[in-house]
Amino acid sequence: MTFFFEVLVNGLMTGIMYSLVGLGFALIFKASDVFNMAQGAMSLFASLALYGFLEQYMHLPLWLALLCTVAVMTIWAYAIVFVVLKPLVNRPPLMLFMATFGVTYLMEGIGQSIYGTQAKGLNLGIPDNTYEVAGIFISSFDLFFTAVAAVLVVGLVWFFQKTRNGRALRAVSDDHEAALCVGIPLLKAWTITWIVAGVVATVAGVAWGTRLGVQYSLSFIALKALPVLIIGGIDSITGVIIAGLIVGAGENLGEVFIGPYVGGGIQTFFPYLLALLVLYFKPYGLFGKEIIERV
Amino acid sequence: MNEKPEPLLRAEDIHISFGGLKALDGVSLEIYPGELMAIIGPNGAGKTTMLNILNGFYKPDKGRIIFEGKERPRHMKPNHVAAQGIARTFQNLALFTGMSVLGNIMIGRTMMMHSNLFSQALYWRFSQKEEIEHREAVEKIIDFLQIENIRKTPASMLPYGLRKRVELARALASEPKLLLLDEPMAGMNLEEKEDIARFVLDANEELGYTIALIEHDMGVVMDICDRIVVLDFGKKIAEGTPEEIKANPEVIRAYLGTAGG
Amino acid sequence: MFYRECGNFKDSYASDMAIFPIPLDRWGFTVMLFLAFVVIPLFASEYLITNIIIPFYCFALSAFGLNILAGYAGQISIGHAAFMAVGAYSSFILYGRYGIPLIPSILGAGVVTAAVGTFFGLPSLRIKGFYLAIATLASQFIIEWVIVHVEWISGGVFGTIQAPEMYIFGWPINTAVRKYFLALCMMVVFMTFGKNLVRGQMGRNWMAIRDIDYAAEIIGVNLYRDKLIAFAVSTFYAGIAGALLCFCYVGAANIEEFNVMTSFALMGMIIIGGLGTVLGSFFGAGFFVTLPILINHSLAAFMDVVPSDILSNIEAIIFGGLIVLFLIVEPYGMARLWHTIKDKLRLWPFPY
Repeated sequence: MTFFFEVLVNGLMTGIMYSLVGLGFALIFKASDVFNMAQGAMSLFASLALYGFLEQYMHLPLWLALLCTVAVMTIWAYAIVFVVLKPLVNRPPLMLFMATFGVTYLMEGIGQSIYGTQAKGLNLGIPDNTYEVAGIFISSFDLFFTAVAAVLVVGLVWFFQKTRNGRALRAVSDDHEAALCVGIPLLKAWTITWIVAGVVATVAGVAWGTRLGVQYSLSFIALKALPVLIIGGIDSITGVIIAGLIVGAGENLGEVFIGPYVGGGIQTFFPYLLALLVLYFKPYGLFGKEIIERV
Repeated sequence: MNEKPEPLLRAEDIHISFGGLKALDGVSLEIYPGELMAIIGPNGAGKTTMLNILNGFYKPDKGRIIFEGKERPRHMKPNHVAAQGIARTFQNLALFTGMSVLGNIMIGRTMMMHSNLFSQALYWRFSQKEEIEHREAVEKIIDFLQIENIRKTPASMLPYGLRKRVELARALASEPKLLLLDEPMAGMNLEEKEDIARFVLDANEELGYTIALIEHDMGVVMDICDRIVVLDFGKKIAEGTPEEIKANPEVIRAYLGTAGG
Repeated sequence: MFYRECGNFKDSYASDMAIFPIPLDRWGFTVMLFLAFVVIPLFASEYLITNIIIPFYCFALSAFGLNILAGYAGQISIGHAAFMAVGAYSSFILYGRYGIPLIPSILGAGVVTAAVGTFFGLPSLRIKGFYLAIATLASQFIIEWVIVHVEWISGGVFGTIQAPEMYIFGWPINTAVRKYFLALCMMVVFMTFGKNLVRGQMGRNWMAIRDIDYAAEIIGVNLYRDKLIAFAVSTFYAGIAGALLCFCYVGAANIEEFNVMTSFALMGMIIIGGLGTVLGSFFGAGFFVTLPILINHSLAAFMDVVPSDILSNIEAIIFGGLIVLFLIVEPYGMARLWHTIKDKLRLWPFPY
């Protein structure tokens, strides 16, 4: 039973990471109706940039390197909003969706041109000890990033619910035209969202980069956060957070307790299977709102 | 018109609500074969909702719809309703903008085309013959609505007035038993309105189609329609010939909003 | 006045509704066929045939399959490469393990893929847009996992099956030119079928669903049936293309060929080539196949050996940049550019 809880807790800690990346997707979707396929590439780019500032090209202290990375992601946000999204404002959402495919390729290509393609180890000096809490083994490393992710998730929710900019963004997500009418600048709102998404991507990229090494495959890890959106319902922040936890716990439990019987590796698709199941019963996710079609 | 024939379509006691809003609250209406009837009412009266229910897009919370003497199963899909012979046009244009005018009208005949996938892929005998047959029928409608010159134009390049006309053509192409028109003249200038009114009249009188339309232009409605049903806040408040409706105090109250009449 | 539409009068609907109603297009098509069937096999080098033209045909077929689904029927699939994998493995199993003749094996692989594809298309009955896109991504990961982990399919841990030797009626398909003809014939036959489908009633229904699904349904299009048919036909093409790619080009069925990047690349191909056009599938696939070679050649002017990572990075940048550029400037891709050129040629050298 202790073992079960250990797997569960570890799963939940992975889960909060999914929640975080899922929030990155949800933010952009809510604000600009764009389903951002480049979220993973953003994580990759951020971790590459951090590695560049920290070790490869410069030897900045960690806090400065992080700041510079966020600055780089801000530049990307501006570039994406003004070069890619602005000309596509009134096009069907699917076009915007496809444009983010292009952005994915661009980010991967540019990032690897600057920083090289080989895998790099990222060491932030976070101790990797294992502690025992009530009979459950937890790595301090995981704990640290869980804490960071949790803080960020809470911060994002606070930002959206309480601050003026956050409310403006929610207004934009409800109705672009109405938001424009009451004087919310659309492009500014979009830029803020993309910057926030960039920060989220940075945290995810750094967390995964330190664990798995900074490499190309980081770009795909974010894809695993996609089912989180389906399960939670794309337009519900709470839904995404809860779904992240469900997916994290579910895939870890599944891998440990079902995996051995079917040959392992079910983590790669378990979240998707779960998402398909949810879709079957609740097409708009557990917490999403149903859309009434009008003619 | 004292001894009325069996109605083509009868909607009985239709209720539907969205969230807390009662869009239709116990509306009954009949549409008789061969007539040109109008559903009118102020904005938000539930006219379009009524059409949506008649062609199966919305399922009523309560109530029955009887078409040609047979009660419609509750969960009939819109395409099956269309196959029974109910066609319509839309208030907010719903042309398929990625296709030519011809393609749009050909879609109207989709229910009558039966060649299977393999025959279509080969474009052999039956399939080719079928395409050509239906093309001929479509050309007749194009003729009737006088849109020969735009038949190969992409629908996205058409001006507003012509789009409405192409939509009418698409609905006519399916040779429906009942044609529902949702504001066919909205947003048009006088000349365009007269054109459409003439086509609607011709379709009714010459081609013998049964038509129910929603329209805000009272002048046109009073002119061309045989019978009018008035909705207000989801309820039917009046029904009758144009003369009766003009004189009905309920209707005047609904439109002018004078409390107590 | 080089491209002429006028001056040819059609006296029957049949001639107006032919695949190529304009004589000049008919001529152009004949020339292309002549090039493909006579000139290329006679004069092209083996390298060109094996490494460029065969994959070009296969990817064109697959891109067209995706175009049916995404470009015509408006149902986005970002897991399409996995269906190519299904086609590749099932054709190898049918041919290599059960000894079914080659052509029926490839067709059978298409049918198997269509069945799998229809199954994964079921969510499209309830959801659309991004939700559907994510559901199709699920097919990518689930299929990959099944192929790697079910030994009956992949025959081992690495998920690779070597291609069996190919014979058609005892005639060995072992040289580049013979493989080329196999790929070419399949491609021409299925492209023709596909073109007929998309310009006929089914194609119109698909486009109606893509443009406004509720209106299509109200007009009488059977939404569920036609969406599933789109999935079936589209994945059938993917299956055939995957089988051909592995038989004629790769020489083995390898799951790595069909990972999620290939799925994204297919998406990119139809965007750059042109959504909802047959021609665009060719343009997109051609562009995708030749891009690395073009970059390689242009870089070779500056350095002796082009490192493969630089090559792939530049490829990614150009590919991504073009996707964005085309979406902004010409959302209907190269195929629309081609029509614009034809429009210009119609009047040239006069301005109006």
